[in-house]
Formats: sequence, C-alpha cells, structure tokens
Amino acid sequence: MAITDDVLVIGGGIAACTAALSAAETGAQVRLLAHKKSTLRQASGLVDVLGYAGDDGPLANPYDGLDELPEDHPYRIVGEDGIRDGLRLFDEAVGDAYRGGHTDDNALVATYGGTMKPTARYPESVASGLVSASGDMLLVGFESLTDFDAPVAADHLEAAGVPFSVRGVTLSFPKAFRADAKLTRFAKALDRDESVEGETVRSALADAVADELDGESRVGFPAMLGDDHDTEVRDELADRLGVPVFEVPTGPPSLLGLKLEDMLFDALDEAGVRIASGNPAVDFEADGDRIETVLVDQKSRMTPYEADQIVLATGGLVGKGLDSDREHVTEPVFGCHVPHPEDRYDWSEPEAFGDHEFARFGVVPDDELRPTDADGESHFENLRAAGGVVGGAHVAREKSASGVSLATGAVAGRLAGEDATQ
Amino acid sequence: MSTSPSVLVIGGGSTGTGIARDLAMRGLDVTLVEKGNLTHGTTGRMHGLLHSGGRYAVSDQASAKECIVENRVLRRIAGHCVEMTGGLFVQRPEDSDEYFEKKLEGCRECGIPVEVLSAEEAREQEPYLAKDIKRAIRVPDGAIDPFRLCVANAASAVEHGARIETHSEVTDVLVEDGEVVGVEVTHKSGTGPYVHGNPGEVEEIRADYVVNATGAWAGQIGDLAGVDVEVRPSKGVMTIMNTRQVDTVVNRCRPKGDADIIVPHETTCILGTTDEEVEDPEDYPEEGWEVDLMIDTLSELVPMLKDARTIRSFWGVRPLYEPPGTGTEDPTDITREFFLLDHADRDDLPGMTSIVGGKLTTYRMMAEKISDHVCEKVGVDAECRTADVPLPGSEDFSVLRDYMDDFGLRSPIGRRSVQRLGSRADDVLTSIDPNPVVCECEAVTRAEIQDSLDTAGTDLNSVRIQTRASMGNCQGAICCHRMASELAPEYDEDVVRASLDDLYQERWKGERHGMWGEQLSQAALKHMLHATTMNRDADPAATESGVDFAAFDDGAVADGGRDAHAVSEVDDGDY
Repeated sequence: MAITDDVLVIGGGIAACTAALSAAETGAQVRLLAHKKSTLRQASGLVDVLGYAGDDGPLANPYDGLDELPEDHPYRIVGEDGIRDGLRLFDEAVGDAYRGGHTDDNALVATYGGTMKPTARYPESVASGLVSASGDMLLVGFESLTDFDAPVAADHLEAAGVPFSVRGVTLSFPKAFRADAKLTRFAKALDRDESVEGETVRSALADAVADELDGESRVGFPAMLGDDHDTEVRDELADRLGVPVFEVPTGPPSLLGLKLEDMLFDALDEAGVRIASGNPAVDFEADGDRIETVLVDQKSRMTPYEADQIVLATGGLVGKGLDSDREHVTEPVFGCHVPHPEDRYDWSEPEAFGDHEFARFGVVPDDELRPTDADGESHFENLRAAGGVVGGAHVAREKSASGVSLATGAVAGRLAGEDATQ
Repeated sequence: MSTSPSVLVIGGGSTGTGIARDLAMRGLDVTLVEKGNLTHGTTGRMHGLLHSGGRYAVSDQASAKECIVENRVLRRIAGHCVEMTGGLFVQRPEDSDEYFEKKLEGCRECGIPVEVLSAEEAREQEPYLAKDIKRAIRVPDGAIDPFRLCVANAASAVEHGARIETHSEVTDVLVEDGEVVGVEVTHKSGTGPYVHGNPGEVEEIRADYVVNATGAWAGQIGDLAGVDVEVRPSKGVMTIMNTRQVDTVVNRCRPKGDADIIVPHETTCILGTTDEEVEDPEDYPEEGWEVDLMIDTLSELVPMLKDARTIRSFWGVRPLYEPPGTGTEDPTDITREFFLLDHADRDDLPGMTSIVGGKLTTYRMMAEKISDHVCEKVGVDAECRTADVPLPGSEDFSVLRDYMDDFGLRSPIGRRSVQRLGSRADDVLTSIDPNPVVCECEAVTRAEIQDSLDTAGTDLNSVRIQTRASMGNCQGAICCHRMASELAPEYDEDVVRASLDDLYQERWKGERHGMWGEQLSQAALKHMLHATTMNRDADPAATESGVDFAAFDDGAVADGGRDAHAVSEVDDGDY
C-alpha cells in the first residue's frame, strides 16, 4: 500500500518548507519528502527579496525593481502578491527570530567579507548591526577564525562610505582550540559557557572586548555567538559591554542558515506537515498527464508515495535539483525540460561575475507554476515547481534567492492545496 | 659590489631559475627577470610528470637517456618536490605487440629500468585499469611539482646572492656597437615583490652577458634583439580530476598520440594532452573538444574517468624548436631535445645566448650546459654543483617525523604541510601561533601562506603556486577571501580586495573548462557564496555612485508599527 497524501512536496529548503506551509493552510494533508541537509548550511541566513534589477541597485525597496525584471522571471509569474504572501508565511513561521517585517524597505547588512547586501528580512541577532542604521561600530574577529578578518571588513565598510565610523580588532579567543577547529566549536564553548582559567568564556570574552571598546555604540562578531543558547550569549555579552551586540553572517558552516532550517521545520511540525527525510525521490509513475506516485529510493527498495498534487522544490544546481553532463542539463526526478545553450561553453561567461546562463537554469513554469515542455505545454497537470529548480532568475546577481523560493513556494503550495482539497 | 661578472637571465620558468641558481652558485652576479610570476609560462602549465625517459625510448633516445639521468638527480636534490609514483606503459588489445617490444628494447638501450607486468599484475597495482588491457611495462616515472621546484631554485639563487624580479617584462634588448649589453625592463609595480597599486617603473639593467630562457617566448625576445629564434610553440591541454583515480603514472603504450597519459598529482590526477602548433604562445584557442578528447580517450585505459568529476582544465605551450631548414610539419615529430643558440656564432651578435626546446625533467642539465657556456664566455672557471647540492627544503628529511605532535595540527594537515615544505617545515610552521588552516582542501595553514608572502608581494597567484592554497576541489570558494585577508594589515583593504579579484578571476578561467555535473554544482555554490552572500559582484565599495543609506530600513519599528510576525496586510486569497 502506498503512503497517500493530498500534497507531496519534494525538497527540504526554503521553497519546500514554504510550499508545505502554504498547502497546509488550505486544509490539505501535506507531506514533505526531504533527501538530505538543505543548502541552508551554506546560506547566510539572510532573506533577500530583490536587491538589484536591470541596472538599478542596491534597491531601497524591492518592489520598485519588479518591472525591470525579464518577462520569464518567476516574480513576473507570481507577482507582488505572491512575494508578499511568501513573506507573510515566512514571518509567521519564524516569529520574533527575524526582523524587517515592519517595512517594505530593504535593510543593508554586512556579511563576512565586509561587503553589504540588501536584504528584506534578517535574523534578530543581526538587527543591531544594520549598516543602514547609524551608530559607530566595533567589529571583533579572532586570530584562529580565518573566515572573518574584522579589520579588513571594517575598512571595506568604510570604503563603501557607511555613515558611521567602524573599526575592526582581532583578538585571541579566550579558550584555545586545535588550529583547525571550526566555528561551531567556538559557538559550543559560548553556549556552555565553558570555564577557562578560573573564569567563564563569556565573561573573559567580554573583558577582552571591553578593553578595545572606544566609544562605539555596537559590537559585531562573526555569527558564532552560541547555538542552542544564542540569545542568552548575546544578552550576556551586551549586558557586560553596555552596548548592543550583533552577529555578522558567515559562509559555511553557517549557523544562521542552520538555525533558519530548524525554525522552518519546527513550523512544519506545528502546521501538521508530515516529514519523511533521509532518502531521495528518484522516479515516478504516471497515468497520462497525471503523476500517480513518486518513488523514493530507500537503499534496498523503492517506496511509493501517492499524492493528488506534487510540488517539486529540490533546488537548483547547488541543491542538485538540476543535474548536468557535458551536453545536457536535466531535472532528474521527472525529466522536466530545462532549456540551455547547446555548447556548454555558452553556459558561462569568461568574466567570473559575468551574466552566466547557468545561473538562470531551471524548469520553465506556466502561469500556475507547472513545469512545461519545449512546446510550452505543462508536463503534468498535478506537478508544480518552486524555488531554485525554477529557471529564469539570476538570483545571485539580483539578491533574490530567498524571495524567489518564498514567493514560488507560497503560490505553488497554495495552488496545489486548493486543487487537492477542491 | 663585487667584481664578478654580471649575467642577466630572462625567464622565470624551470630553465631560467635553474640557470640563475647554477650561475649564482658559481659566484656570478645574477639578475633574473620574469614578466609574470615564477612559472608563469610553460613550467606552470605542464602535467607534472617526472619522466623516466620511457616516453621517448623509441622515438628520441637522446632525450630518453637525459631523462633517466636527471630523474635520478632530481630525486636526490629535490625530494620534497617529487613523488615517486612509478609509471606504467599499458597495452590495450588493439595496441601493437611490435611497438610494445620496441618500447621495452628502447628502455633497456637507454638504461631505463623496466619490468613487464601481466594484465593481472598491472590491475593489482592499479585496480581501475580497464579489464581488457593486455599487459604493461613498469618504469620509474614520477610526479613532480613544477611550482615548488621552480620556487626552490629561485630561493637557492637568492641565497647565493641573485636578484629575482617578477612581474618585470623585458621591453627592449640593449644593443651597443653590435653587442648585447643589457635589457630595458618594465616593472609592473616597481622593483621587488609585486604589490597592487604600486606604480610601474622602467629600469635599464646592464650585464656582461644575457641569457634568453623564455622558452616559447624566445622568439619575442629575439625580435627585440633583432635576431630570429625559430621556436614552434605547440599547445597541449591538461584536465584535472577531483581525485586520484590512479596512484601510478599511466601511459598508453602506443606510438605518439593525443590523450595518452594520466599523472597522479597531489590530491588530483592530471590527464594529458594534445599537441598542436600555435602562432602566439599567449593567444590561442582553448577548446572544449580537447577536454572531451582527454576524457573519452583516456577512459579506454581507466573507464571510471568517463563519469568522474573534473575540476578544471588548462593549456600549456611547449617551447619546441628545430634548426632552420628542418621543415617538420607535425609538431609531435619535432625533437624534444634542447638547443643552445649562441647569437655570436649564429647571428654575429655577441653577448646573448638563447636556450630553447627541452623539458622540465631535464631543466637542470640544460641549466648546467648553458651555465658552462656563459662561464666560458665571461671567463669564469667554476664547477657546476647543482646536481649534488640539495634545493632548499630537501636538505634534511629527518624532519618528516612526528609532525602531528610537533605542530599541533591534525595529522593530514601536518603531513601535507611537511611534504610541501620539506626541511623548512620546522622554521615555517612554528613561526605563527595560533596557526589556523586557511585552505581546507589542500590543508594549507596561515604560517605557510605568510611564508610565501615574502616573495609573493600581493600576488595571490604566487601564493597559490607556492602553497597549493585554492587549488583543491572547491577552487577557492571557501578560501580565496581568507588568503587575501592574510595580506592585511601589511597592505590596505583596497589592495586586499584587488588581489582577491585577481585570484578569483584566475581560478575561474580554468574552472570554466570543467563546468558540468558535480563541478558545475560546485561552481554554482561558489558563485552563490561570493555573489549572493558577499555581494562581490555589485560591491558598493567598488562602484562610483554612493549608496543612499537613509533610504533603507534602519531597523527601527515606528510607533504603532507591527512586529515582524504580525504583518498581515497581504491580500490572501486574491488568486
């Protein structure tokens, strides 16, 4: 007997979670099929919607750029309403842990290289460090964490003309770890407030930073201020220093990204979404243009999952929702059409930050987000796509990755839920 | 300074640095100029094979004999640059028995130790060889790191008083009274190590003798001096795999052909190559069919290559030469021997000799020959010592013990650091505390990066070739910006950024040739990290127009505003 649901969402990232939440809102019974850890481990944890469009940017208001986007951009399909619906679902899912929902405007947030990026939502721990807010800033890095060089980041912000003064210092972390210790080890030490030379790590760190503080009204650290007890860590440091403390988003392993993943999965639990994780969807059975079952590879056997409606949210090239060989780019689960230039040398540009074709690879959705074939006809009447697997957006350039996932997830999930519960 | 004769060497590849070392050790006053960084030309773009001579044992026995001699010398003087993997010449069923016998006989004639292996024996050594191979010949091929080798030669030359100037292009050869008396050099960023943003500078360097060791570029230097040097540059592609599918050098045992060798190199394998004559050693097409040819042909020997992940591809240009009038049409038929062209004898232009042809394995012998020649010209009577004195890093291998405890680094990191640094490991790795890892793929620590900066200036590509940082699977996605940050605080943030941009672009150039499957996924991730998260593609600090900071969200929730999670003004149900 196959496992049967109203809506089956395949994927485990922002788009998949949003689609599942959105479908659940319609009253449908929803199951999420997640293969492995999502790409959120590599993401900053910032939720951008649109920072650059055409020649414009950074955009203070993401909605101002929508008209500049090409016709086949996913935002043009779901519209401003779709974007707003995605953000609403996100805000409800994460609650107080994220900020930015009080306005349509983008905030500017400095990330680990010291560059600022426009973003629509940001973790609460990042909020007092906005570059678009005033207040002199001290950035603190650590000798043994090579990913964040605080003085370089500070000078980089100065070079971008920020309207406050910013200074960086490099300290040795109060507790010594092996030379190749990862950021998570530092976070754990702060979480547990481990003891060091008769003191605790948090107070020793606060003392070391206090010695450096020279009138700055906020202090930033790489995003490693605790994991399970992050608020407590931050509050204690802020309390001891007498100024707000914030985190600077980092690259992998990104604690902010991982925390976001946890929050989204908690929200799925709360919404009654069933979750099957650990195994990939690899194949399907269809009757004409309806998908009947999705087959999941559970090592020794194929397990069928039946559903009335299916949302494909397996990600793009990074998340492996798209695959390629020397000649072809493919969508591996359902074999949906992915347009691409014939010559693989046309998939990218000679300039590292050129307008790469590969960045736009993905399935081509119709106006209800059903993937279409080369003739523009939908492959299956009950299959929709959301997030990175959808083509047409250069999300890296536009700073729109999370927003595209939220918006397409919200709309695909809702349409799937409505169809299933009709 | 001294009254010792002065020699100017043009070219910072293996030959040029080898000559600089040799002459400096003989007491001459040596200056070497190179237009890029060391290994910028052919040396940095080869497959890293330490020839046993087996490849040339049928077609070019003179070269084969030189190879086996120098193979032994390099194992002795450059142990930290060499990995003795051994090599196999593998015969497939369709490859001729006659050629196999000729190869075997040729190797014996040249003094190359050989052993014939049955298919089973060969597959026991290399399990991923095709099931239908017929047999193989074992030879003492090895892998050599051309970057480390070249840098070690340069370091030795400096120890013996030489001056080495990289990013310094010869823009004229000075000829007075029918004799070469020096060169005009344009330093891209002044003298000394390259530093982004430093102004360029033109310098006239006079010397008693000039050596043109520019390989495929020798004709261009010849032009500046008004003489013809008939190099026949020939390009070859090399494709880097993400892992070592073989631990032995695997050659196809058949007469000359494209795509017939796999060299295990550090954490990777390098597939090679093609042989096509080009007009300009710096401007030639790099074509996808060449990469396809490597994978398709070499998977006949090692089938798993068909679906394996390639990291990047690069092209090198051989400095082939043949005496005027030889008229060989196919570049694969041009000899691999080297030639010493004394322009006094040849062109009635005393004061300069060009050295062309040859190959990396015999670089030291070439350097010895030309150094002998130069000494004769300038009247110095001194013995060559380069075959006996180990290069810096290879003096004492007793340090290859207990590195794990010695350096407080996890074993693979310690081991790989020590393999790269050789006998310098102690000095380098204990210089900085704490000493965190900067490049995780290649296990490069801060101390090693800092050590390389002494000669690299702000040229991160020079750091890269010295340390291998950013040359692993992620191609710098994780570590490029960390490497750049190591330049601070000595250099300002704008220099840090400019050098990061250069390294990133250089990595990208080769990555584009491996963009499918896993590597396209990796490239997309790298693009997301650097463009999405770091916004380096639209960095406000790099644009002319300022940012109107006040127009953006400052985080303040206005009176009567809503909490983030309470936003509900969207028109749900409008669809």
